[in-house]
Amino acid sequence: MGGGVYNGFKAGREGVIRFTRPPRKIGIFFEVIMIGKLNLNMEQVAQARKYAKNVAEDTQHFIDRHTTTSTERTVCRLMGIDGVNEVDVPLPNIVVSHLRENGLLGSGAALMLGNAMVHLGKTPQQISKGISGGTINLAKIPMGDLEVVKSAVFDIARQAVSKIADNKATRRQMLAKHGDKEGAWLYVIVATGNIYEDITQAVAAVKQGADIVAVIRTTGQSLLDYVPYGATTEGFGGTYATQENFRLMRAALDKAGDEAGRYIRLCNYCSGLCMPEIAALGAMERLDMMLNDALYGILFRDINMQRTLVDQYFSRIINSFAGIIINTGEDNYLTTADAVEEAHTVLTSQFLNEQFALMAGLPEEQMGLGHAFEISPDVYNGFLYELAQAQMAREIFPKAPLKYMPPTKFMTGDIFKGVVQNALFNAVTTITGQKVHLLGMLTEAIHTPFMSDRAQALDSAGYIANTMADLGEEIEFKQGGIIQTRAAEVLDKSVNLLAEIEQKKLFATLEQGIFAGIKRSRDGGKGLDGVTLKADGYFNPFIDLMRE
Amino acid sequence: MIKPYGDTLNDGKVQISFTLPVANDDKGREAAKILAKKMGVADPNVAHSSMLDSGFTFYVIYGGVNHAVDYDSIAVQAVDSHVMDMDEVSAFIRGNIGRDVVIIGASTGTDAHTVGIDAIMNMKGFAGNYGLERYEGIQAHNLGSQVTNEDFVAKAKELKADVLLVSQTVTQKDVHVANLTELVEILEAEGMRQDVVLICGGPRISHELAKELGYDAGFGQNSFAQHVASFAVQELACRKQP
Repeated sequence: MGGGVYNGFKAGREGVIRFTRPPRKIGIFFEVIMIGKLNLNMEQVAQARKYAKNVAEDTQHFIDRHTTTSTERTVCRLMGIDGVNEVDVPLPNIVVSHLRENGLLGSGAALMLGNAMVHLGKTPQQISKGISGGTINLAKIPMGDLEVVKSAVFDIARQAVSKIADNKATRRQMLAKHGDKEGAWLYVIVATGNIYEDITQAVAAVKQGADIVAVIRTTGQSLLDYVPYGATTEGFGGTYATQENFRLMRAALDKAGDEAGRYIRLCNYCSGLCMPEIAALGAMERLDMMLNDALYGILFRDINMQRTLVDQYFSRIINSFAGIIINTGEDNYLTTADAVEEAHTVLTSQFLNEQFALMAGLPEEQMGLGHAFEISPDVYNGFLYELAQAQMAREIFPKAPLKYMPPTKFMTGDIFKGVVQNALFNAVTTITGQKVHLLGMLTEAIHTPFMSDRAQALDSAGYIANTMADLGEEIEFKQGGIIQTRAAEVLDKSVNLLAEIEQKKLFATLEQGIFAGIKRSRDGGKGLDGVTLKADGYFNPFIDLMRE
Repeated sequence: MIKPYGDTLNDGKVQISFTLPVANDDKGREAAKILAKKMGVADPNVAHSSMLDSGFTFYVIYGGVNHAVDYDSIAVQAVDSHVMDMDEVSAFIRGNIGRDVVIIGASTGTDAHTVGIDAIMNMKGFAGNYGLERYEGIQAHNLGSQVTNEDFVAKAKELKADVLLVSQTVTQKDVHVANLTELVEILEAEGMRQDVVLICGGPRISHELAKELGYDAGFGQNSFAQHVASFAVQELACRKQP
């Protein structure tokens, strides 16, 4: 490593990997336009998008009629409510529980807090403390003039929105100052459980060439119905996502990035029961990337589908406005199912995630749609299939900064073989021009990464990105060969699955286990009690302001 | 007595790598060498050193260890049931139990990893070894991940489970030990411990640890459905005997 790390990194930065490659039109056959290296049937792609759009639109009707506890806690946070009570319950939770106990959740936090602001002449934070101390009961305050209340709320909301807009401008300035990297962004994780140790690891990773640092959350945080408070030093397999932890890591990465002459992107997890709240905290602390999937929580964490669908909408509006790139979780389909047989579920989920994201106004340039290198090393020609699938994602979502995940399922304690597996993955990443390159660790199956594991991964990725820089540009795939045929097969199966989902609608699809083989009931799973119908007069100022 | 084998019997050759919180210089390399000597490496050769950050250096060391192991004196606690294949397990159930065996499995506590329990239970199994769902004579219920111990026990009661499989992947700060212990305590409090075959598994689980925590068996790496099933059905049949 040593010198190699730095040489590899420099070369990686200078080596040009063209990310948005204009598709090459090679001909028109029977009115079907074929483009790119794979001769994908673009009419099928358009058809798949149409099905996915119908699914998302149908689901949006449900979303628009509902709100959730987590959505309203997010409104509280954006209105300036922060902190915890004497037994560490976050004040946004106290306010929203108070609303729910009084049957006011459907009216929304903005309306009820706004009314109290006008009536009492207090700030939302003062009101939340009053509710916590039992001196304020929102149900007992007579409803004032709606226009006056709204105007008071919008005044406060504009301040929060402008702070987030400032963060976005800061990011833009810092990127302009250092220049953004062309090729793949090298993405590493830290997962010590202690934010201060995470910082030591992250800063070292920046020196070794990392472009993105993700702080893995402690196991189980996705099922907490609140966001913990303050700096934390105890976590299992990861570190709590808290606003203070976000702030500490942001400051450390800005400093390390300045020294290295690069802007370092910070990533966290906007998923689980607190999806929109984490989005708001990330937006306030200038995170750059968030894991944020429309269906992941339902399928893999057994979170209630109504809850997740409503939550993902607001979280994506926030991420969209804050310029945060979302990362979707399609790689998970392959860790629980077979990567050859189930490749089409990845593509299907990408189409759905794309349409749900568009519903929330998220531009394609912020859609880090996920996929993964998870075919068994024993599969004959497995590398060709990986190449086909990665190239397919690239051609179908040309503007999206695709997130490509390394091998995990077939990583063993054999670190020497692991290095080879990761190298092959790095080769596919480089050849097919993936953007968010999540580096595989040689010790994947053994422990959360050591500092040296990360250095080895960065060194190796930099080497491959440099030595294969323009290989993708030089390659054409054989007409009707294994690679083209594989991509066509996966696309075909995905279109069929989307047609089925469109016909059944999303809820029934999830109930029948058609997607990923996992059955979830409409009223089952965690968090359903936090979903409610919107009442008359409901409003969420942030949806209006952020979508303007 | 045995020693590691490099290219000559008992040359004791090993490779070691580690990071020290020091700068990458002569003093640091010397520190790495001293540490290796303390580990019992006679002539450590620092083959490689590289800086990870200003105060952290990574070392790769080769050398021969002084230590040797008396191989013949070793006794290992391992699951000692006879390993049968899928069809043999089914035949064993027909012949010795005479009814379907109910097996429930989950990744319990806060652990979100399902790869292990899926590999053992799902129809497809792992690396060509079919999972328990495919076994005739076994009713397998995979409850997935992040199942609380309370819910797990409640489900065991509801389904009248004969065998409980617990998968634990995250072992940072021994979180798995606390979680596995809690399950045993709940089962004992409910008076159910003797009625079920209790098995845990995961990449860091050993049979020895499992026995220590009050489990009937533990399965680590390279264990597949047939290992788990073979043990479970033989244990069940054994308990049926008066």
